[in-house]
Amino acid sequence: MIRVENLTKYYGDVCAIKDVNFTVHDGEILGFLGPNGAGKTTTLRIITTYLTPTAGTVYIDDLNIAEHSNELRSRIGYLPELNPMYAEMPVIDLLVFVASARGITGRRFKEALGRVMESCGIREVLHRLVGELSKGYRQRVGLAMAMIHDPEILIMDEPSAGLDPNQIVEIRALIKELGKEKTVIMSSHILQEVQAVADRMVILNKGQVVADGTTTDLMAGFEGKAQLTLEVKKATKKSIQGLATKFTDIQIQVDNIKNGAGILELEYPTGQDLREQIFGYAVESGWVVLEMSRRQARLEDIFRSLTVEEGGAHA
Amino acid sequence: MRDQMQTGARHVGIIFRKEIGGYFNSPVAYITLVVFLLISGWFFSSSFFLINESDLRGLFNIIPVIYLFFIPAITMGLIAREKSAGTMELLVTLPLEDWEVVLGKYLAAVSLIAVGLLYTLFHFFTLTFVGTNIDVGALFAGYLGLLLAGGVYAAAGVFCSAVTGNQITAFILGFLIVFAFFMMDKVLFFIPSFMAGIVQFISVDYHLSNISRGVIDSRNLIYFGTMIAVFLIMAVRVLEMRKWR
Repeated sequence: MIRVENLTKYYGDVCAIKDVNFTVHDGEILGFLGPNGAGKTTTLRIITTYLTPTAGTVYIDDLNIAEHSNELRSRIGYLPELNPMYAEMPVIDLLVFVASARGITGRRFKEALGRVMESCGIREVLHRLVGELSKGYRQRVGLAMAMIHDPEILIMDEPSAGLDPNQIVEIRALIKELGKEKTVIMSSHILQEVQAVADRMVILNKGQVVADGTTTDLMAGFEGKAQLTLEVKKATKKSIQGLATKFTDIQIQVDNIKNGAGILELEYPTGQDLREQIFGYAVESGWVVLEMSRRQARLEDIFRSLTVEEGGAHA
Repeated sequence: MRDQMQTGARHVGIIFRKEIGGYFNSPVAYITLVVFLLISGWFFSSSFFLINESDLRGLFNIIPVIYLFFIPAITMGLIAREKSAGTMELLVTLPLEDWEVVLGKYLAAVSLIAVGLLYTLFHFFTLTFVGTNIDVGALFAGYLGLLLAGGVYAAAGVFCSAVTGNQITAFILGFLIVFAFFMMDKVLFFIPSFMAGIVQFISVDYHLSNISRGVIDSRNLIYFGTMIAVFLIMAVRVLEMRKWR
């Protein structure tokens, strides 16, 4: 079990994370979610002992990472963000280096190599230089390096960044597979990815935990907004403004109407159904409604509402 | 304790092999070695037959000058490049201690210096071929002195490489430090007399010239050992500071 307690990190005067608390249970895949700059990488770097926190601690199975740094490092496999690697090394040399630094040599290395070649699919690039690999293979080699010692804990910082859609599907499947027997923390700024792979998610925004739970947990506690998309013709500017003044609950999110025709996106609190009134208003104002579709609050909206500042700017 | 020492030595060996591989997998080692040998060879041979003396003084005088550029060039990337390429994160999240990393890298640099010195034995064979009455003991001492001086400069270079994330900065810093040590006993004349003794004692060349005379004195050996240790310990400390930035 990984227990993160009151973790705080300042870079000079800049606060990267503040009082971050969460736990990861054994055999769980935790999705670590947040917009860019939320402090995900900082948190993961502290857990992997690359950085020391300004305050707070991390316990892995009740061992403090500050006191048992070296011992715990040998139990963690880490795939850093952007996956830095020695470009001038052949893949096999790199694996030999990482494995020997972890005390895996000889017959044990052969076994380990067979295992990661299989699970990461890197057999065909074993003798290529790291610098010549495609991004997908680089990421797989990075994973192979992180897994060569068969760690109990696997920490991956944006494992799917820069991959093409097929590779993303592959890497997600691989992570899910790994998660069956390992404790995995995977960071991402893509919600669908976390939703597809993780058992539970922790959402970070501006260095603080804003949500922690399963998808259902998060959905349950959320007072969302319904969205209504209208495709109309013959809608005058004046009548569009009139809509917002008539129904104060309705907000016009997107107004993409040119010469009276186009798309209009409206938002109103869930719990009431304003479709009838809106349609009525449209007929009154002489609009031609080509399409009208409703979308209920989804996890995206939860994520957005938690991580977007008032005024809509990203943190 | 013994176990720890063994693991430590094993880890140092792993880093050492990686760095040696890094030197010879890239043009770094070849270019610096060729330049080193060209310059030392030129300055040695161009005067060797004119002076008509059976020693390698010409060679031993020029090598410390070549060190000024040679050593910062081979040490600049050792740590700075790990930082700029981001591989530092990979390296220090392995279960290795910082001192193991620094020592392994340092020993790789010293080995490259030793390889350079080994090649200059060519001139030594020339000497045995044409010369008479050769003082082999003094030559051995001279080589030992050069290796130790190179060791001090390499430790300074590793320290400079740890200080910055930029190889060029590491090179310039390394050059300045090596240059300062190189110049110390050449500017003694301008230094107030009460400080001259200290400056002279710190100067690498002073101890080098003592050894080169063929006298291997423990004082000189202790000096070299201390300087190397000081720079390497500083390098380890600087490396540890990354966590606290």
